[in-house]
Order: sequence, then structure tokens, then C-alpha cells
Amino acid sequence: MKTSERKHEPLLHIAAREPLPWHWNLLIRAAGILAALLLCALLTWVITEKNPIEFAVTVWHASFPANPAQFRISFWSMLHDLAILLMLSLAVTPAFRMRFWNIGAEGQTLVGCLLTAICMRSMAGNAPNWLIILCSTLGAIAAGAVWGVIPAVFKARFGTNETLFTLMMNYIAARLVAYFWVIWKGPRSALGMINGSEPVYQVGWLPQIGNEYLLNILIAAVCALLMCVYLYQSKHGFELSVVGESQKTASYLGIRVGWVTVRTMLLSGAICGLTGLMITAGHDHTIDEGIVRGRGFTAVMVSWLAKFNPLYMILASFLIVFLQHGAKDIASSNTININESFSEILIGIILFSIIGTEFFIRYRVRFRHHGAAQKGGLTHV
Amino acid sequence: MKKLVALLLTLALCLGCSAAFALEGQPVAQENVKVGFIFLHDENSTYDLNFINAAKEACEALGVAYVLKTNIPEGAECYETAVKLVGEGCNIIFADSFGHEDFMIEAARNYPEVEFCHATGTRAHTTGLANYHNAFASIYEGRFLAGVAAGLKLNKMIEDGTITAETAKIGYVGAFPYAEVKSGYTSFFLGARSVCPSATMEVTFTNSWYDEAMEKEGANALISNGCVLISQHADSMGAPSACEDAGIPNVSYNGSTVEACPYTFIVSSRINWVPYMKHMIECVINGQAIEADWTGTIETGSVELSEINEIAAAPGTVEKIEEVKAALIAGTVKVFDTAAFTVNGETLTSYLADVDDMLDFVPETEVITDGFFAESFFRSAPYFDINIDGITILGN
Repeated sequence: MKTSERKHEPLLHIAAREPLPWHWNLLIRAAGILAALLLCALLTWVITEKNPIEFAVTVWHASFPANPAQFRISFWSMLHDLAILLMLSLAVTPAFRMRFWNIGAEGQTLVGCLLTAICMRSMAGNAPNWLIILCSTLGAIAAGAVWGVIPAVFKARFGTNETLFTLMMNYIAARLVAYFWVIWKGPRSALGMINGSEPVYQVGWLPQIGNEYLLNILIAAVCALLMCVYLYQSKHGFELSVVGESQKTASYLGIRVGWVTVRTMLLSGAICGLTGLMITAGHDHTIDEGIVRGRGFTAVMVSWLAKFNPLYMILASFLIVFLQHGAKDIASSNTININESFSEILIGIILFSIIGTEFFIRYRVRFRHHGAAQKGGLTHV
Repeated sequence: MKKLVALLLTLALCLGCSAAFALEGQPVAQENVKVGFIFLHDENSTYDLNFINAAKEACEALGVAYVLKTNIPEGAECYETAVKLVGEGCNIIFADSFGHEDFMIEAARNYPEVEFCHATGTRAHTTGLANYHNAFASIYEGRFLAGVAAGLKLNKMIEDGTITAETAKIGYVGAFPYAEVKSGYTSFFLGARSVCPSATMEVTFTNSWYDEAMEKEGANALISNGCVLISQHADSMGAPSACEDAGIPNVSYNGSTVEACPYTFIVSSRINWVPYMKHMIECVINGQAIEADWTGTIETGSVELSEINEIAAAPGTVEKIEEVKAALIAGTVKVFDTAAFTVNGETLTSYLADVDDMLDFVPETEVITDGFFAESFFRSAPYFDINIDGITILGN
């Protein structure tokens, strides 16, 4: 007890700092990634007794293989995964900018997949292909929008907690898909492809341009561009920022916060629904409750990492997809032979340290004796 | 050339293939052959472990390069992985799970220069793709032999007076009510009844390929129902360990469980995939066509029985199994002999099975020929899905 009464200087001082020049920011971030990589290497070496360099090479080759034929395939598939993750990140962003925490992208995408699958299955053989694709597209967008707007309406009307609400909607969507999946698969053990064999082969699939990935990649690129315009050039985008800063200010300015919430979630949900179409009609050609593969949640992180900026999101998506491809290759490589959980731990460390470096960009940390009691917020650790 | 064609044709007939669509390609030098494998799970699953071991053994025996991809779900990931393996320069790509089939077919369509081989699939003979192939083994013969061991054990128990002929009831823990499982337990039951005519059987399904708790629960329910011997078609240790705890004899699958169950394990049957994997690789090296359907048999070494556990098995089991095995190979004993079973009290004279799997579940092929059900003859994957008399399926 006595010691606490003594004048005691803490070991660390943490103080908010002035904005740093960009090259310092970059340096701190690079140091964060480097530290993460070193920690990963150490863990790999200690826990698995494998060579960390081999790990790193495997991760690199997963997205950028050495041989050209392989490069073409891996690179395109990596770009495609990036496109899907980017779409979902774009989808959650407008709501995030107004501090509406939509973590229901997974479910909003799933219902998009579901509507697409329903159109593909029920219309195959009964309608021309363009009509099926049109119906799938409209259906998927509408389904995603509805799934997104329900929590928004409740938030606007009754002030419900949107985080819990959107989260719960994910489970409903997943069970809904599981219900149809069980019916559709019949007595088989898995559903397989939708319209994957004659006489309805490829019916309702999105057309291929160039290769099987390009169309989806282009859609994502266009959406990223449009989202930039929407967020930074439009009145809507401005309203989002104002609502995000302060709802009172927004109301004072005559912005109807409830309507903005509903409108924004319609947009978010619609983009998720469209992504569902891209997954089910454009690439996977199947559906199951896990088809979004958690990317609806990963998108939340991407959006945060990119500070809600669509262009940074391309970088953040790339980083995550790059790491995920590496992790998958490590898990399925017979020379390394280790399960996916370990590579996911490594991804976790890397992402954690990237987010962690933000702290060092915003705050300065000083040890004791280095001139204590600076001006600015002083915190004890 | 003539000889080669004749040999191929004989081989195709012997193995019970319905068709060999594939065109003969150019031979590929052994050092340029690379095989990619896609597995649903990893070594922790007995099912996949059986494939993984076979893949390594076959490739190392033939000195070819190989890549193993584990934990690949039955969805778009399977297609992506197959495409990736093409990129890595694989000439043959093999997948081990039924649900991989659609995605393997799609990959085969898009990469016609690569051979795609798929275990347990049903659609190679109807898709008409020259580079897509199915394989399975006549595991019903292995089940039949394991059933003989079970029947002998029942006889021993009747002789010892621990049970009566009327209470010789077998319990069976099945995964799903699919043809593969039904064919398995029916052949097992027919094997048991061939030596113990009063045997009956109860079957319960877990509706999962791997669910240790459910399988254990299923086995215990059967035991409390009065079953005196248990077998199973599911991939966990649930049923065997329940049997060991209860002191009930067990006939296993996919590999021996004698280490965990030293007092109750009798014997296990399994498919050995090495012969097929060697076959597909040799076909590519020699520039030969791989059959659309390939059914391994006891003779090809594809159907195997584990060592018999003398502690649990009845005396004379080894000799009896050798005898029946020889008869199966010689063709004097047929597993699904229509004289050996009845359906609703009647002998089966005609049955249509869904051999051409057009995703419609409509049976179209007559499979009763010469007084027996021709299992794995019109295609490699099993299609025996009849409920025969003497087997009771328990409701949930």
C-alpha cells in the first residue's frame, strides 16, 4: 500500500502524437510487417521445426508461381478472389462510414447466391439464357438488399443494435440455404454443380469473357470506381460522412438519419447480393451454406484496414488474399505437410501486427527517464 | 498392335467395364509424369489415409512425381485445386470423394489434355469425356468374406450356448442410406448368413460419414436391442470402441482396429487403391487409354482383408475364408446370388438400377443377369440399393 502512495513514475508513457509525415507512416508500417514476419518465422521454426524460408517461398509461389503456365492460372485465380473480397469490402463500407456496423455481409451475399441458384435451377430449360441471367441478377440484388434493409429499418425505427441484428441475419440466411441444399441434393452426399451437365450444361452461368475469371474481376473494378465516386463526389457520400461524425449535426443540417440508414443498407445489401450472383452464377456454379467462405467477415477487416477508402481496399484485399492463398498452399503441400490451422495462426499474427502498427502511428511511446510529463494526453500502462 | 488391343479388350471385360471411351494418347516419359491428388480430408480420416498411403506407394513404386492436396471440400475449391494442379504440370489428377465429381468433370472438360480419375464417382460412362474416368472396387466381395467370419463367430456363440440360433442378430452402423452403404451391409449380411442361416440384422444410419459420438451411440443402441455382433460403414472409431467397451465382437472397415479393440476385433475389409493408381499411371506412361470405369477385384489386389484376430474370431475362420475367397475368384460363389435372398418373400428375377446417373434418380438398367445381381459391372460404383428380407432398418 505504501509504495502506491510514493511518487511513482510508470515504465511507459503513451501520448497522442502530431500527424507524422507519410514516409514515417510507411516506415512504421513496414517495421510492423517485418516484425510480424520474424515472429512468424520464429514460431514456424520453434513449433513445427520446419524451415521458415520454405514457408515464405511457398506463400509467394501460391500467388506468383515461377513457371509461366502455373503463373497464369494462379495469378488469375488470385485476382478473382481479390475481386470477390473487394466487392464485399465495398459493400460494407458505406454503412461503416456512417458508423453503422453491418457484419451481415456474409448472409446478404448468401441470399444473393440462393436467389441466383433458385433462378438457375427453376428456369433452366424453360427460358432463354439471357432471361435467366437477368432474373438471377435482379433477384440476387433484391434479396441482398432486403436482407440488409431489415436490420436498418429496425435500427431507424426502434434503435435496435445493428451489430447483433445483422449477425443474426447471417445465421438465418445460412439455415435457409442449408434447407434448400438438402432438398436439392436429394439422396446424394453433396449438391455438386448447378446446371453442370447436359442437357442444361452452363445454363444460367454468367458468360465468359477471355477467361473464366475476367468478367467478375471487371465487375469488381467498375464497382470500386463507382464507389469512389459515390463516397467522395456525391451528396449521399457527404451525408454518410456527416452522419458518421455526429448524428446530431446531421439532423441539424436537415439530413434524415433514419432514411440515410435505410438507403445505405439497401445499397450495401444490393452489392452483397450482386456478389452472390458473381459467386454462384459467375464462378462456383454451386451453393452451400459455407459458399461465401467467411469473406463477408474478412471484408469488415479489409474495410477497416483501408480506412474505408475503396482504393486502399484493393491493397488490403490483395494482402489478405495473398496470405490466404499462401496459407492454403502450405496446408495442402506435401513437403511441408502441416494443417491449415497453423497457417491461419500466421495470418492472424500478420494482420494483428498491421492493425497494431496503427497504434504507433497515432501515439508515441516513451520509456521512463526520457523526459516524462509531456504535454498531451498522458496515460499509465 | 492386335495383341495389345486384344489384351486391352480382355482386361476391360475382366474388370467389368462397360466402356472404354478414351482415345489412345501419346506415351509420356516416366520422368515427365506428375500426378496430382485431391483428398477430402487429411491423414486423420481413415478413409483419406487409405488413399494417401496408396498414392504415395503407387507413385514411389513407379518413380513418378506427385503432389498431394488435402482438405479439399466438395465444392468450387475442388475445381480450383484441379486447375491449380494442371498449372503445376500434372498429367493425371485424382480425387477421392464422391462429391468432387461434378467439379472434376468440369475441370476435365476445360483441360482435355490432362487425365482426370475419380474414385467412387458414377458419371464417367455417361459424360462421354475421353479424359474422365471412374474407379471403384468390388468391395462387396470383401464385405462378404468379412461376413463369413462374422457368421462363423455367431455359430461359435450358438455352439457355446451364449446365444441361441434365434437370437443370432447382427447390428450394423451405416453412414447414409446410399447404394454404397446398402451394397456393403447386404453383402456382409449375405456372407454371415451363408454360414449361419438363422442370422438376422438390424441397421441404423448416422447420416454422416464421420461422427464418432453418433456412431458410438448407434452401436450401443443396437447392442441394447439384443445385437450380439456389430459391424459398421462409417469412418470413426465410435462403433469399434463401443463394442470393445461392451465386449461385443466387431467386424471393422477401412483397416484393422485390433490395436484399440484387442478382444473384440475379428477382421476388417478394405479397398487397396494401389493397383488402380499404378494402372492409371502406367496407362499414361504407355500412352494407353484409361477405362471409363475400372472395378478392382480380389484378384487385382484391390479388395483386401486384414489379419484375422485369433482372440475374437471363431476357430477355423482363416481356412474358411480362404475357401470362400477361392470360390469367389473362381466364380462358383456369387455374392448377390438371387437364390440367396428374397425381397418381400419373393425371389428377385428382374431389377432396374440407376446405373446411368443423369441426376434424375430414375433407374433404367436391368442388373439381374444369369441368376445374380451384377454389382459394379455396368459401372464401377455400387448400385445395389435393395432392402432384402432378414435386414431390418431401424427408424430414427
